[in-house]
Amino acid sequence: MACNTKPNIASPDDFYAALVQMYDGLDDAACMRANARLILLLANHVGDERVLREAVDLAARPENC
Amino acid sequence: MGELTNPMVSQDGIPVWRHVGTTPVTANAMERQQVVVVGGGPVGLTLALDLGRRGIPVTVVNRLDFVAAGSKAICFSKRTLDIWHRLGVGEAMVAKGVAWSCGKVFWGDSSEPIFGFDLESVKQQRMPGFINLQQYYVEDILLQALESMPLVRIRWGHEVTGVEPDDEGVSVRVKTTNGEEYDLETDWLVACDGGRSPVRTMLGLDFQGRVFEDNFLIADIRIKNERPSERWFWFDPPFNPGQSALYHRQPDNVWRLDFQLGWDIDREASVRPENVEPLIRAMLGDEVEFEPEWYSVYTFQCRRMERFVHGRVIFAGDSAHLVSPFGARGCNGGVADADNLGWKLEQVLRGLAKAALLESYNTEAVATAEENIRNSSRSTDFMTPKTPAAAALRDAVLELARDHEFCRPFVNSGRLSTAVAYPATPLSTPDRPGEIWDSPIAPGTAALDAPTDQGFLLDLLGNSFALLVNGDVQCVSADISIIRLHEVGDPEGLVRQRYDLRPGSAYLIRPDQYVAARWREPTAAGVSAAMSRGLGVD
Repeated sequence: MACNTKPNIASPDDFYAALVQMYDGLDDAACMRANARLILLLANHVGDERVLREAVDLAARPENC
Repeated sequence: MGELTNPMVSQDGIPVWRHVGTTPVTANAMERQQVVVVGGGPVGLTLALDLGRRGIPVTVVNRLDFVAAGSKAICFSKRTLDIWHRLGVGEAMVAKGVAWSCGKVFWGDSSEPIFGFDLESVKQQRMPGFINLQQYYVEDILLQALESMPLVRIRWGHEVTGVEPDDEGVSVRVKTTNGEEYDLETDWLVACDGGRSPVRTMLGLDFQGRVFEDNFLIADIRIKNERPSERWFWFDPPFNPGQSALYHRQPDNVWRLDFQLGWDIDREASVRPENVEPLIRAMLGDEVEFEPEWYSVYTFQCRRMERFVHGRVIFAGDSAHLVSPFGARGCNGGVADADNLGWKLEQVLRGLAKAALLESYNTEAVATAEENIRNSSRSTDFMTPKTPAAAALRDAVLELARDHEFCRPFVNSGRLSTAVAYPATPLSTPDRPGEIWDSPIAPGTAALDAPTDQGFLLDLLGNSFALLVNGDVQCVSADISIIRLHEVGDPEGLVRQRYDLRPGSAYLIRPDQYVAARWREPTAAGVSAAMSRGLGVD
């Protein structure tokens, strides 16, 4: 498994709060766009195509997580 | 070559570039042929020229008795130009064409591009990255080259109305525009008769794929104002909201404007000047002075036949595969077919190879078509997202691309045609395990050009098997031309660099200038075995 699915973020509550805050004042379309920007930024940072493909598969079928 | 302002139109409504007239049916019209090519478009004419130069007689049967005008292929890749140069017509194409390699991408209301690009990543090659050239000029240049080639005969205004293949050849029924009918026999028939291929239909063969529910308006116009020779592409511009648009320069100050229109439109109304011209002015500015050449609406499909070789009948170009125009993969893909097929058909007709070599045409041309269809479908899906989530992702890419370089490779306004590699072709001898090559020109890949003291490398490779060697090699078959690096010279070290051609190394290159094998320590036996494999012999 190339994609790390173990806890890996030091302050999960802080990050989650920042994520939710990103949606403040945005309608559904703008939220969808913000999510897309975030996915692209993170995907490029990760870079490793094996990790990215596994992550896409896991996201598409969360029951496999 | 004349100028096209008010084109004549044939009885079928096809615009006429140059009238030729029906070829008379002579007493020997029914003689058995070695090769009949059906269709006198760029693919059929390229194949006929290649075969003719190889000394193989060809009869081209062309339904039309004129060279058609109208809005057809315009954008020709470096690989296609390399092929045409091998056939002696590359320089004429480049001389008439508009060379370009730069483009700009626009998004939304801004008149500033979100970024620009240059497609020519490897410089110092004979041919430019791309040229734009109207298809009628391409056909005229090919026809001019064929005029001095008595082995190739073109029958204008002769339509194939029946095909009956058997194990030995094909019986062909032909009807001329004058209403005369005759039969002829041929060893091989190559159908280069376009997307609606009558030969494919007559044989009841498959043509599977995806229909894209969209319409595009093409306005080919002649502009007086000077503009840079760049490909400009707009996503969701103010003059065509929610849709895409493209413009591209052709020779004679003709510009191709392409507007996505959507699915539910009145196609007849869309091409009326009073509806087209406001779009043109909105794109280019109110002050633009122009004359119309041709307005048309097209839709496209991505389809291909499952197999391109059906016994003695072989399909090449649009008859075998169709793509969207974004990426210029239609005509360039067809010329690649002709290039792949020409030398193989010659070898089989001369008895130097078995029909198995033609099966490799099927393998390699299908691989090319698959890559072209994959790229073309992906471009279309980027331009026309199918769901709100896909639209959000697409817009996020465009939004980030303006300020962040990392997002620009995702922007897909058409992935422009390049030579397709065949990593799995049976004609290649794979690199020995453990051998390291710091060069992407692996077996199954098109040879890359580079300057030598005796001209460009691709010119030296020629039309037969060639061995490019840094050093010398003993006792190689007389059928292989040997290019020794120290004899041809490598003034800028680019041959050595591009091929990682360290002393002692060698590349075996096929007649279509694809790499068949490479060695760090070549032997006569190894070269001989790779050549046999390259000819489809196990």
